[in-house]
Amino acid sequence: MTDTELAVPRPRRTTGGTAFWIGVAFLVLLAAAVVFPALFTRIDPNAADLLSTLRPPSAAHWLGTDQNGRDIFARIVYGARPSLVIGLGATVLALAGGIVLGTAAAQLGRAGDQVISRVLDVLLSVPGLLLVFLVVAVLGIGSANATIGLALVGLPGFARVVRAEVIRVRGAHYVEAALGLGWRRFTVIVRHLVPNAVGPIFALATVGLGSMIVASSSLSFVGLGPQPPTAEWGAMLSGSRDYLVLAWWPAVFPGLAITLAVLAFTVAGQHLQRRIDRRSR
Amino acid sequence: MAGVLTVPAPRDRRAGRLARLLGTRIAASVVVLWAAVTAVFFLLRLMPGNTVDVLLARSQVSPQVRAQVIAAYRLDGSVGTQYLAYLGRVLTGDLGESYVLREPVATAIGQQLPDSLALLAATMVITVVASVVLAILGASRRPWVRSSFTAVESLASSVPPFWLGLLLLTVFSFTLHWFPAIGSGGLPGLVLPSIALAASAVAVVTRVLREGLLHALEEPFVVTARARGTGELAVRFRHVLRHALLPVTTILGWMAGSLIGGAVIVEIVFSRAGIGRLTLSAVQNRDMPVVTGVVLLAAVIFVVVNILVDVLNWIVDPRTRG
Repeated sequence: MTDTELAVPRPRRTTGGTAFWIGVAFLVLLAAAVVFPALFTRIDPNAADLLSTLRPPSAAHWLGTDQNGRDIFARIVYGARPSLVIGLGATVLALAGGIVLGTAAAQLGRAGDQVISRVLDVLLSVPGLLLVFLVVAVLGIGSANATIGLALVGLPGFARVVRAEVIRVRGAHYVEAALGLGWRRFTVIVRHLVPNAVGPIFALATVGLGSMIVASSSLSFVGLGPQPPTAEWGAMLSGSRDYLVLAWWPAVFPGLAITLAVLAFTVAGQHLQRRIDRRSR
Repeated sequence: MAGVLTVPAPRDRRAGRLARLLGTRIAASVVVLWAAVTAVFFLLRLMPGNTVDVLLARSQVSPQVRAQVIAAYRLDGSVGTQYLAYLGRVLTGDLGESYVLREPVATAIGQQLPDSLALLAATMVITVVASVVLAILGASRRPWVRSSFTAVESLASSVPPFWLGLLLLTVFSFTLHWFPAIGSGGLPGLVLPSIALAASAVAVVTRVLREGLLHALEEPFVVTARARGTGELAVRFRHVLRHALLPVTTILGWMAGSLIGGAVIVEIVFSRAGIGRLTLSAVQNRDMPVVTGVVLLAAVIFVVVNILVDVLNWIVDPRTRG
């Protein structure tokens, strides 16, 4: 620690430094489960065993079995991919769309800004899940269409932030310098404006991933996401609903997986946001 | 409650400013809603297949009904006539007919709406009461209070409402038998669904309110109030709360949207009657008149709530009165 740092009141250490690293560790585990689920369990997630349905957690079945006798731990591990891929995909699509529309709104002059901003207002005027319902009703039930719907929900927020950031950075000297050097406007936008304007939305996107995962698991829960027998966390909970009187474990563990995943993304994202905030101050 | 140093504006001038604020906000909202109706109209036309078949959701109907649909939506006319006819119908509150349910969309929604509104109202009450109480109790700079509140808030805002609903059902309906497991069933049936729906909103509002209280507690007027011998709770309720409410009003709009969406899912978890079940089955059957009707209604509610939030801001914070 240098003297200059001691001269000003030392900023309180960000609470949740440990929480951040626990969150990151959990996200690494999740990523491993998404890519190599077989690393975690040898059990086939879709192997039904009608002789051992709804067995409580035991040494053979760590988290018990569901109404078809399938191993819940294996289904949670293999479920990581279908459960997270919709939220991730939707966030990537929303980011891409948000960057393009936000930059366009900032750079296309008054009329373009007005048109794009009103389109975003219309998207924002429909409560999130209902917008997804509309998209799924139009395009049909399935993971891909749920992803598109969720992307449309996330897009306006990103676009607005990018628009504001582009307006903020376009007065910077390096932009003037690049234009003065005779670079084409489009090149300047792609090489200078966008890279400097997108920083804040990545932290926003990480926090947003949490709500995307809640939303996508809600959609699977009501049957609008991946179709059975896909092991998806929301769909697993939906299956457990009819057996609540008999067994609590099929209703508990998949929900725990969703909650922990959401928590991990939220904690990590908020940590990133605080770091960006502090740097810009 | 005017500040000590500012002279309150005359009543009629303040009313004029409120009218102007309302006027611009309503005008902007009307434009957005008109654009939403237009988008829905073109969405229906862009769907694969004949627009008649889209509206009929592929249900079997007699040629007379088919002719009625064509006449009602002016489907034999040009796009312009069709659009004007659609706009005119929506403006008069006619959302069309569900050929799956065989009743007008407005009737179908009207039957389900009271149950959903009851759920939303109960959720709002829980959210406001719980957040204010929790925030006042938790507004402390003591590290352990602060970090435990932060931890619980993060956890509560990460729990999916439908899963919380399942857990509440398991514990309070199936194990303890305190509350009915299914159906609306009046007030007792409202308790668990509204808790499930309110939890994440309570977490978010408590956090914002708590941070606001902590900020406001450092203001000079708090020292003055304490010096007058005002008790700690009275300081918080009478002086600080109003200041801390300002950041809350700005997230209320966002909250309304997430609650409306969440209510749909929570209704399904608890097998409650309501817009949720109506919408879900409409999506599954691709009953477009019902889906678009619900979406437009939700947009209207959402936009109205946002205008009310602006007015609330105006009431809570004298500074926004310009």
